Amino acid sequence: MASDGRGAAITQAKLVLLGDMGAGKSSLVLRFVKGQFHEYQESTIGAAFLTQTVCADDRTIKFEIWDTAGQERYHSLAPMYYRGAAAAIIVYDIQSQSSFARAKSWVRELQKQGNAALVMALAGNKCDMEEKREVEREEAEAYASENGLFFMETSAKEALNVTELFHEIAVKLPKAPTPTNGPGVVLTNQNRTPQKSQCC
Amino acid sequence: MDQEYDAIILGTGLKECLVAGLLASVEGYKILHVDRNDYYGGESASLNLTQLHEKFAPEKAQDKAALTAKYGRWQDYNIDLVPKFMMGNGLLVRVLVRTGVHNYLQFRAAEGSYVQGKGGKIHKVPSNDKEALRSSLMGMFEKLRARSFFIFVQNFVETDPSTHGGYNLQRMPARDLYEKFGLAAETVEFIGHALALKTNERYLDEPAVDLVKAVRLYSDSMARFDTGSPYIYPLYGLGELPQGFARLSAVHGGTYMLAKSDVEVVYDEETGRACGAKSEGETAKAKFVVGDASYFPGKTQKVGQVVRALCLLSHPIPNVNDAESVQIIIPAAQCGRRHDVYVLGTSSAHNVCAKGRYFASVSTTVETNDPHRELEAGLRMLGPIDELFYNVTDVHAPLADGTADGAFISTGYDATTHFETTVRDVVDIYRRITGKELDLSKDDAAAANTSG
Repeated sequence: MASDGRGAAITQAKLVLLGDMGAGKSSLVLRFVKGQFHEYQESTIGAAFLTQTVCADDRTIKFEIWDTAGQERYHSLAPMYYRGAAAAIIVYDIQSQSSFARAKSWVRELQKQGNAALVMALAGNKCDMEEKREVEREEAEAYASENGLFFMETSAKEALNVTELFHEIAVKLPKAPTPTNGPGVVLTNQNRTPQKSQCC
Repeated sequence: MDQEYDAIILGTGLKECLVAGLLASVEGYKILHVDRNDYYGGESASLNLTQLHEKFAPEKAQDKAALTAKYGRWQDYNIDLVPKFMMGNGLLVRVLVRTGVHNYLQFRAAEGSYVQGKGGKIHKVPSNDKEALRSSLMGMFEKLRARSFFIFVQNFVETDPSTHGGYNLQRMPARDLYEKFGLAAETVEFIGHALALKTNERYLDEPAVDLVKAVRLYSDSMARFDTGSPYIYPLYGLGELPQGFARLSAVHGGTYMLAKSDVEVVYDEETGRACGAKSEGETAKAKFVVGDASYFPGKTQKVGQVVRALCLLSHPIPNVNDAESVQIIIPAAQCGRRHDVYVLGTSSAHNVCAKGRYFASVSTTVETNDPHRELEAGLRMLGPIDELFYNVTDVHAPLADGTADGAFISTGYDATTHFETTVRDVVDIYRRITGKELDLSKDDAAAANTSG
């Protein structure tokens, strides 16, 4: 449970996923969230975002994970999607050069937003499909380090590196909270969704 | 695009996105939503610095380096084409909570609410009995009369006639209710214009119950968030609202296409009903088509015109305590007009411009052939203006309600500074499409199975 006596504050962090249709964005999220939250069986259809809590070093990070809801399909993703994001995972399919090319264009799109504090992760998904690989690990690694992203190959199917990916992002989140415009107005008194933290 | 949908929606203005979000989340409709622009929001978008210049001063948009040198980063700007504030207890807040879209957005209070009184003096708007007693707007005896009016409004319950003061408020004109309380002309002016937010004097002859409810909305909005203001405003500008409702529609399976510059409605050759949309040689079919007037030439009429001046400043609006966000109402009578002039100010506090910059708008309903001049009373208040863009828009309304021809058309955005008429139009379109009333009396998210 979250309460372990140290009373560490929970840091909320918005995390967005970007990438080609079919690269496995939703499956990465569902693997990550479902693995720890069996009571949550929401599919991506109808879900605005999912939450999951991670402990990194001495901090507890509550990720608010946003999926594109298919709006990337016709290049119609709303700028609102990136607003206030602390982290972004750009996903491609290692079996597809074109999805890697699309990932690069998403990186450029994110860089255009000019949010210097954004933690960006590049995920080469479906790495269980080694025999059909089109994108070499070294190629992606080189691209990631040139552009200041951190890189991992993942498999949502085999649960490979999925938790590690999110954990690494949590570690990389800036310690000092990003300066915001102070507390806002909460339109409802209800808590969003009651969460149980199963880390620590 | 070559597919069949339940509904095709054209234009991603706030009204269209609200309709899309409601039809997708409440009715489960399969929706295709298309816009000719490459950004969300249509007429009600918030534009970044580049888009703003591309729209209003294309010659300056070319020299991006010069713009950056003068104003800072283009992406730090979110300038509303139709600036408004949200009433804290208004219909839009109810829809946001009911649909869960408030979870996608962040809001902050808009700080100040002011009204211009006699002699051009600007006063803070008193909204309840206690504030009335402190207000600089009125003399002592008038304060007491205003106080009893506020207490009357505060105690009013529409379904309980014993709170109606023995009046038939459904039949009594607003003018007579003021008279019963013996309120002076200046008090009537600020109550009608700065609290009830009536844009002109026609309401004086309309049922008093509407006035009472409008004043009550203001004071309930004051009370709801305890911020000292009835208004709230989303971070990054009003353009976040259509995007939020579009996302609601998308998470319920809606398909989104922007930058379809040639998109047009397809009508059935025999029946004349709107039955689809085509773009780039592809046609999508649907049971009906919803959209703003610009997508339905020949099916709307011009019902008015609104002029808005969008101004970039390097200082907060003077004489309102350096508020970072503010509304100032200039009642029509104070500037020799039939319609009020509205001044709205926002700033980097709401992430609508770069740090140290301010945005102000002045707007009104057009009455003459020289709309720019009609804003003078408001523009004078702003002090030096770095850059000013005029936006004169025709307000179009549909000729028919859409039930016969399957073309459900939204009315353009009027000069009011809040969203009550906006949401009412959407509720009406929703009813015309589905035959159902959208119940917004409760804004309890748990009461609706629609939260995302």
